[in-house]
Amino acid sequence: MKVLRPRSADEALRLFSENPLALPFSGGTDLMVAWNMGSLNGKPVLDLSAIREWIGIRKMPGGLAVGALTTHAELRDHPEIRRNFPLLAAACAAVGSVQIQNRGTLGGNIANASPAGDTFPALAVYEARVRTISRHGRRNIPFLHMFAGVKKTALNQTELIEAVELPFLHAKPARQVFRKVGTRAAQAISKTVAAGLVWLEKGGAIKEFRFALGSMAPTVRRLAAAEAFLKGRTPSSSAIETAAGLLTKDVHPIDDFRSTAEYRLEVSRNILRSFLGT
Amino acid sequence: MARIAVGFAFGAIKKIQFDPCCPWKDAVVADTKDIPGENCVATIEADQPLLAPGRVMHPMEPILLVAHPDRNKVWQAARHVQITYEERDPVLTIEESLARKQLLRGTDNVFKEYLIERGSVKDGFLEAAHIVEGEYRTPPQEHAYIEPNGMAAWVEENGAIVVAGSMQCPYYVQKALKRIFPGRNIRVIQAVTGGAFGGKEDYPSMLAGHVALLALKSRKPVKMLYDRSEDMAATTKRHPSIVRHRTGLTKDGRLTAQDIDIVFDGGAYITLSPVVLSRGTLHATGPYACPNVRVRSRAVATNTPPNGAFRGFGAPQTLFAVEAHWEKIAQETGLDPLKLRRRNLVKEGSVMATGQVLKESVSASEALERCVARASYEAARLSHASVNRKPGPVWKGMGLALVHHGPGFTGSGEVMLASRAAVALNRDGMVSVLAATTEMGQGEATVLTQIVAETLGLDMSLVRVETPDTAKVPNSGPTVASRTTMIIGNILMKASLKLKDKVAKELGAFPTTAKGLKAAGRKLCAKGPLHFEEEYQKPPEIVWNEAAYKGDAYGVYGYEAIIVDLSVDRLTYEVKVDRVFTSTDVGRAIHPDLVRGQIAGGTVQGLGWALTENAVFSRGSMANSQFTNYVIPTFADAPAMDLDIIENPYPRGPYGAKGIGELPHNAPAPAVVAAVRQATGLLITELPVLPEKICHGMLMKKGRTS
Amino acid sequence: MKISVNGRKRSYTGPAFKRLIDVLREDFGLTGTKEGCGEGECGACTVLLDGRPVASCLIPVEHAEGRKIETVESLAPGKALNPLQKSFLEEAASQCGICTPGVLLTAWSWVRAGGSADRQAIRRHLSGNLCRCTGYQSIVDAVVKTIKRRIR
Repeated sequence: MKVLRPRSADEALRLFSENPLALPFSGGTDLMVAWNMGSLNGKPVLDLSAIREWIGIRKMPGGLAVGALTTHAELRDHPEIRRNFPLLAAACAAVGSVQIQNRGTLGGNIANASPAGDTFPALAVYEARVRTISRHGRRNIPFLHMFAGVKKTALNQTELIEAVELPFLHAKPARQVFRKVGTRAAQAISKTVAAGLVWLEKGGAIKEFRFALGSMAPTVRRLAAAEAFLKGRTPSSSAIETAAGLLTKDVHPIDDFRSTAEYRLEVSRNILRSFLGT
Repeated sequence: MARIAVGFAFGAIKKIQFDPCCPWKDAVVADTKDIPGENCVATIEADQPLLAPGRVMHPMEPILLVAHPDRNKVWQAARHVQITYEERDPVLTIEESLARKQLLRGTDNVFKEYLIERGSVKDGFLEAAHIVEGEYRTPPQEHAYIEPNGMAAWVEENGAIVVAGSMQCPYYVQKALKRIFPGRNIRVIQAVTGGAFGGKEDYPSMLAGHVALLALKSRKPVKMLYDRSEDMAATTKRHPSIVRHRTGLTKDGRLTAQDIDIVFDGGAYITLSPVVLSRGTLHATGPYACPNVRVRSRAVATNTPPNGAFRGFGAPQTLFAVEAHWEKIAQETGLDPLKLRRRNLVKEGSVMATGQVLKESVSASEALERCVARASYEAARLSHASVNRKPGPVWKGMGLALVHHGPGFTGSGEVMLASRAAVALNRDGMVSVLAATTEMGQGEATVLTQIVAETLGLDMSLVRVETPDTAKVPNSGPTVASRTTMIIGNILMKASLKLKDKVAKELGAFPTTAKGLKAAGRKLCAKGPLHFEEEYQKPPEIVWNEAAYKGDAYGVYGYEAIIVDLSVDRLTYEVKVDRVFTSTDVGRAIHPDLVRGQIAGGTVQGLGWALTENAVFSRGSMANSQFTNYVIPTFADAPAMDLDIIENPYPRGPYGAKGIGELPHNAPAPAVVAAVRQATGLLITELPVLPEKICHGMLMKKGRTS
Repeated sequence: MKISVNGRKRSYTGPAFKRLIDVLREDFGLTGTKEGCGEGECGACTVLLDGRPVASCLIPVEHAEGRKIETVESLAPGKALNPLQKSFLEEAASQCGICTPGVLLTAWSWVRAGGSADRQAIRRHLSGNLCRCTGYQSIVDAVVKTIKRRIR
């Protein structure tokens, strides 16, 4: 099997263009399982793990840039992330186990495009942008546009994820929530995973509301209909109920061996109800 | 090496083709034609083939075996075999089997059937003020031992086949191999074995047959290690069950009739189903005295991999039903589940459904009362009820269960096994324990050492347990059925006493120091070890009539009460077990740490079965055969446990001990159901108690669905 | 390539993508590391990579190049047991033992980093290590005992 291990971004882009079928590889928490089962079909591997410039969290104007190869453990423990993006830190602490958090990378997680990606709802409400790079240049892709379906991204053939940009929030939210509902207390796959932010007017009306759900559709979803409905309204119980009813405008969960559509929907609604209620 | 299966549940194999573009040169392939003797893996019967003989009965049935010096090339080779087949509509559930969708076995798909009758249930129902019916279902449970199955084999120069691997029962493996390789010397050695819980009782015979067949054909040592997914998909599970109860009670809750119908899904072959069903049947009434009982039970065939032994061996299924049924009775009659148990539990002198009179060491009441006191059960239930009336993040629930378990083989099983074990004084002054009994983490090596050392008055360091190797140790039977401490311990105690007598006769006294033993060894063992082997002797007062299925089904029972205290999240319906209290009668705790280890481990396995473990089958195959998707408890799921050991000695057990390995798995599931009922008002009668079921129940209660 | 294993520099010359667990067991003869699932779910193959617990079944050996690996064999290089192992023995925290090497290393990474004796925090840290025998309580007891002894 051919293994390419570039030491710099430039080398990576060159090798990738020479080996367009190569499989980008970072922490290996998903791909090593497939490799061991012999199901990578002898594809060449583009092992990105030695590209130091893509590791770590840096300040940028108006936000933070998280290198694609930054692990969930680094994000979980990073003081700037914990202060400014606590829902992301909480999500990283809920990914797999400590062993997986120490190896799995944010870029790898995004490129893997699982519908159950635990960090995705947080990235969606923080309105992160994915910075990609190829020999043709860079692109900044809004997080919600990053996914095309189950295990499918918007990346084109020659693109790699370089970093995830997190813009600082314009104001401190009145309330925030991250909630992962998995198959067990730890080391679990999500049945539903939610992240929410809300800002209130002085009078108590909702100024802005952002809420995202994972495992509820082929890709992570923001609740566009509920968000729009609630803007400017006071979160009365009838308004909250209407918003909860609007979930199905944006998500359509399924029955599988991990859970049921009914459960996923009702529990997501409960999380929303509890978040907006007092 | 790899085994090749086709993944369809039922049908005929038409043609097997080997893709010529694959380099087959270095690979060794074995099929049914290579089997020198019978194509079977003998357990109770010999109906399960070693390799599918032209037709498959379940999706994981092995058809061909491939060995290659390079692991990756095995997989490549396996992918280059094309099997053409004709699939028939498979039988996938108990209901389909009973409806005879296809005939897989005999004329009715029934592997085995039992009937127990005591008194007259008809009269009992006439006498009853309340009659309550219920149906209870349990799913297949995967053992999920952390070490997968694995086996190696080689052929010695003299033609003997040697097999070494992970197993509970070396002599079972040997018995199976003798029919596959008639006339050959077969030696089976237990390698260090990781947890088993029944999962390495019968399946290792299959694996051993496979590696031995390839070793014989290739004339090279062959090793086969199952990866996790194959292990989960191909090996045995706890039998899924449907148990129906119809119960008559007087106005104040005294049992007048128990009419119980049990069906277990045996899978595609009979394997151990008759004995699993027997234990399930005999425990079906729970530890309660009822004058009128009828228990009818059947194990049926389906096109799924055979189900087999798993800690509790049929008892957890039927005890789940009888214990959860108290909640149904409470729901319908308004009687209190604790008082119902107090009124009906067995005491000394009580008569079981088989007519067995409980003469001694009956601790049902003591276990129940101690557990209730330690958990402050009644006060906690009241306090939970008040929490549940107010708003808050969780609903709280506390539930209890009371169970029993007969250690050792059922009925005349121990007589038929006629187990043998030995102790020997060696020339080097060490005392050996010789038994085929296997260590798999439960601590048998420690406990048997203790029993022998104690009987001889020696320090434990002077006793060693020899490796279970059929060439070196007598057949002490399988390491199953909570029988090791009680049965093998007893045999070894007797053998130790004979050794002690003999040495004392020769030397005046049995030496108890290392130096003294060394001298004794030199003096008495010049021609070889001083060896004393004993066989199991049935206590004459234990009487079982196999034909009538009546009498002393077990020599004694262990008892356990459990109280589960849990919270149900009001947003997500997730169940968090906060605390568990157990009070367990073990007869005598030979090694209290190991006893607690068995109780704690069995309890958490039982909680897993109760709450999250759900082997999902699709077209006869396990669809979630990964640790990611078959969800066992983690550190974060398991509760704090208060483990209370009761010592009510069993006069016929070594130093009063009763077997303890399985009892703790019987109790948690019904207690979870009871606690969830207090928390939510929902009585969930089908395991596992998933949050999805609670959610659905709550939506139905509110009269709406999503 | 050079890898530091249990404080000793080792060189490895095989395929770059061999799994670390296989290199440890087959090339270096360190069979203390166990494989339970090959999918990073059970934690039995846990080793410490630069001091942090990782699943060695998910790591291509080239990722260990120039880095520090600690396996269970590092805990008791001589005859004396590591304090954590001593507590495991006292608390009967191991039954079949297949999960134990991984549990020990994950727990050791907690104890060595000055982790607290809070039982819930310990359970969270260890939740990537499955054990099917013990029910976990005796392991938590052993970790708490080790931490309390160190503090004293």
